[in-house]
Amino acid sequence: MQSQLELPKKQDKQQELSVGQVIRNNMRQYTMIVTLTVIMLLFQLLTDGLLLKPLNITNLILQNAHILVLAIGMVLVIITGHIDLSVGSVAAFVGAVSGIMIINHNVPTFLAIIISLLLGAVIGAWQGFWVAYVKIPAFIVTLAGMLIFRGLTMVALEGKSIAPYPDAFQSMSAGFIPDWLGGGSLHVTTMVIGFVLSLLYVFNEWKARNNQLSYGFDLQPAGLFIAKLAVIFIVLNLFAYVLATYEGIPNILVILGVLVLLYSFVTNQTTAGRHIYAIGGNEKAAQLSGIKTKKVTFWVFVNMGVLSALSGLLFAARLNAATPKAGNLFELDAIAACFIGGASAYGGIGTVAGAIIGGLVMGIMNNGMSLLGVGIDWQQGIKGFVLLAAVALDIYNKNKAA
Amino acid sequence: MSDILLEMKNIIKEFPGVKALDGVSLKVKEGEIHALCGENGAGKSTLMKVLSGVYPHGTYSGEILFNGDACAFKTIKDSEQLGIVIIHQELALVPYLSIAENIFLGNEQSRRGIINWHQTTIKTKELLKKVGLKENPDTKVGDIGVGKQQLVEIAKALSKNAKLLILDEPTASLNEKDSENLLQLMLEFKKQGISSIIISHKLNEIEKVADSITILRDGQSVETLSMKDSEVNEDRIIKGMVGRDLTHRYPDRRPNIRQTIFEVKKWNVHHPLHAHRKVIDEVDLHVRSGEIVGIAGLMGAGRTELAMSLFGKSYGKKISGQTFLRGEEVVLDGVDKAIGHGLAYVSEDRKDSGLILMEDIKTNISLASLKQICSRFVVNKNKEVQVAEEYRRKLNIKTPSVYQKAGLLSGGNQQKIVLSKWILSNPELLILDEPTRGIDVGAKYEIYTIIDELAQQGKGILMISSELPELLGMCDRIYVMNEGRITGEVTREEASQEVLMRYMTKRKESDHHAKSAGITEKAR
Repeated sequence: MQSQLELPKKQDKQQELSVGQVIRNNMRQYTMIVTLTVIMLLFQLLTDGLLLKPLNITNLILQNAHILVLAIGMVLVIITGHIDLSVGSVAAFVGAVSGIMIINHNVPTFLAIIISLLLGAVIGAWQGFWVAYVKIPAFIVTLAGMLIFRGLTMVALEGKSIAPYPDAFQSMSAGFIPDWLGGGSLHVTTMVIGFVLSLLYVFNEWKARNNQLSYGFDLQPAGLFIAKLAVIFIVLNLFAYVLATYEGIPNILVILGVLVLLYSFVTNQTTAGRHIYAIGGNEKAAQLSGIKTKKVTFWVFVNMGVLSALSGLLFAARLNAATPKAGNLFELDAIAACFIGGASAYGGIGTVAGAIIGGLVMGIMNNGMSLLGVGIDWQQGIKGFVLLAAVALDIYNKNKAA
Repeated sequence: MSDILLEMKNIIKEFPGVKALDGVSLKVKEGEIHALCGENGAGKSTLMKVLSGVYPHGTYSGEILFNGDACAFKTIKDSEQLGIVIIHQELALVPYLSIAENIFLGNEQSRRGIINWHQTTIKTKELLKKVGLKENPDTKVGDIGVGKQQLVEIAKALSKNAKLLILDEPTASLNEKDSENLLQLMLEFKKQGISSIIISHKLNEIEKVADSITILRDGQSVETLSMKDSEVNEDRIIKGMVGRDLTHRYPDRRPNIRQTIFEVKKWNVHHPLHAHRKVIDEVDLHVRSGEIVGIAGLMGAGRTELAMSLFGKSYGKKISGQTFLRGEEVVLDGVDKAIGHGLAYVSEDRKDSGLILMEDIKTNISLASLKQICSRFVVNKNKEVQVAEEYRRKLNIKTPSVYQKAGLLSGGNQQKIVLSKWILSNPELLILDEPTRGIDVGAKYEIYTIIDELAQQGKGILMISSELPELLGMCDRIYVMNEGRITGEVTREEASQEVLMRYMTKRKESDHHAKSAGITEKAR
């Protein structure tokens, strides 16, 4: 039989994949990173170097964190094949409730934050119930949620903004980590953290490679592997240095970093992550493989609710006010971030890292165009084109591959 | 050369990286039924797409002569104008539109854009009569069965004044009775002077209706056989298709049957939407270790419904009855519990409910057994690759690597992935629902061998199939179902197509009659 000839060759020696193979396998991720880099360099040039100034980088983080938090939750929703249009309204509602608790009723900040996150979970559970168990399309459930929670926000705030929040609450979005190690103009703690993290990264990758070696798998070429480690090592330290020359690491970056690591781990390495991708890829097959599809979908929405609440809190803290207008169009920015980051509108495909990169692309364009003095009107239009172009490119690539 | 209706000469069609057709020639005579045979990927569908203009003139090389005239089709419309009409494997009907609307879709009976419904209805009635379908033209296509839908497709083709009908796997989703109807209809058309090209994997059907056969292999036309030639039979055709003698179509089974592992008593299931309708009615069955048990039945007999309701109650409502594993009663409430108790279900439609096509092979294989490759809730990806590689070797899945997307593989290899997935879950009872549907002959044998091996290892196999020869070739015992009930149980020795067919059509009212009739028939 012909097939007999095709039996895999006995792997008597370690094989390395060729550089071309590695690039082809990770085409999507590389395209996204390249796109982000190109946009960054473009605006760096156009703004005469303003974009990557320490102050502006810090601003970029502060301005976009609430969208990135939403994008993390949204990408999970999109992977399961759903959508959530209500996140902006939910963020506004939770922000309003936190304001009422903290400013009007003097609830301790920490307690108020916990209650707000729980409120987010309850709202998520409400929507998840309708989507997962009653099987109403998420588009409709969350469209209703968008109206309901916007309405409730206005009712709760009686149409007025309330301010100001206590310092402790504000520092979530406006504060920086303290410099325990002292030091004059340079934030030494930031540098140390950056260095330690980059070392941890290198160690982890090295361990993973060794692990693959012990299983006898094909490896990435050593040269490429080292080059990749070196680039990431340098970028991380450079980034830390840039932040250190300003005020150091913003508190919000710590929150964001923890979320990104946590959710990347969950989606990539855990059974829960597998279940989420499987449901989006083929719900029937997932169900017949013993996955509790309804339960998983439900919890994805609960998670989205919690992250919406967090986003609402971060935004309120940055604005130092709870306003009825908060969260307007957040959902669209978050959804756009996911699609620019390679998620599929049909479900089953998408990554947390991609959503973050997508969010950064949008954020840098906003920031860059503002620096250039492009009006809000044009910014909207240009962002629309970028979204369309990114997805069109993605689909073109996919068709070419098939 | 007037009696040659269609001639395709030396057709070459290339896709980036592959030569799908490499010098194919085909001659179809006026008023004949011409069969096109070949394994999956041999180029049958590509050839028909060239003929019908799906791949426009210029994207291939070679000549097409229809009625002696050279043709250069740019679109499907061009070929339809000449009367070449193709009916695809996947039906192209809109379920929410009526029969009449579907038949004249894109070809509406209208003047200046305004549809003449009266004329539409009258013409539809005429066409339905021709294909022998007794349905109201206003009935929604989604409300009639697959067999009738196929007839609507044919009526649609006739409405275009077809001279040459091309049917791509027309009976793939039909039961025996509807298939038989369809074949009769083709013979009827032949009398009326309409020629047909039929693509089919079911060689017994081809033997029944075809006048001549052209065999394709690896993009080349190997030979054209005339069915009048007495030496041409199924084995001869298979030999042409696979390019070698295939002496055994089924592995030589030496069953080693031991104690009962799975038993069902008084199993009743109701329809999930119409709760008053009983879909499964008082079913009792058992499967022993090392035994391959078949379930025969017509479409709609309740075979898949039975399998899915047993597999963690994933189908139906108001389910009652008892299930026993190795003599102990178990409640299989949920797919995870069924898997936990050692059940596996290979679904009827692998693309629809078996595989995640956009995911790679290893992810698909591990999906039902994640616990095995996890420490706590973290997936060990290295172990996953290792396990997938092991199954790729064991089941001979033809793929460059386990990182390949499942959707890119052929039907046979996809089915091997599904089998790997369920073998990995280490079941005691495997329920296989149409395990070889849409798979070519060579790969079928491999699948049979795998099934046989699983039985040898002491697993119980419950195999649902619409292909009777397959059941007869593989099973130690066969249950026959009709209208949700088990109407018969036959051993390997007693089983024959006739016996099975009789039980398959046995109705509840005439229980007694049928049974006595069965005995006399058998005695004869």
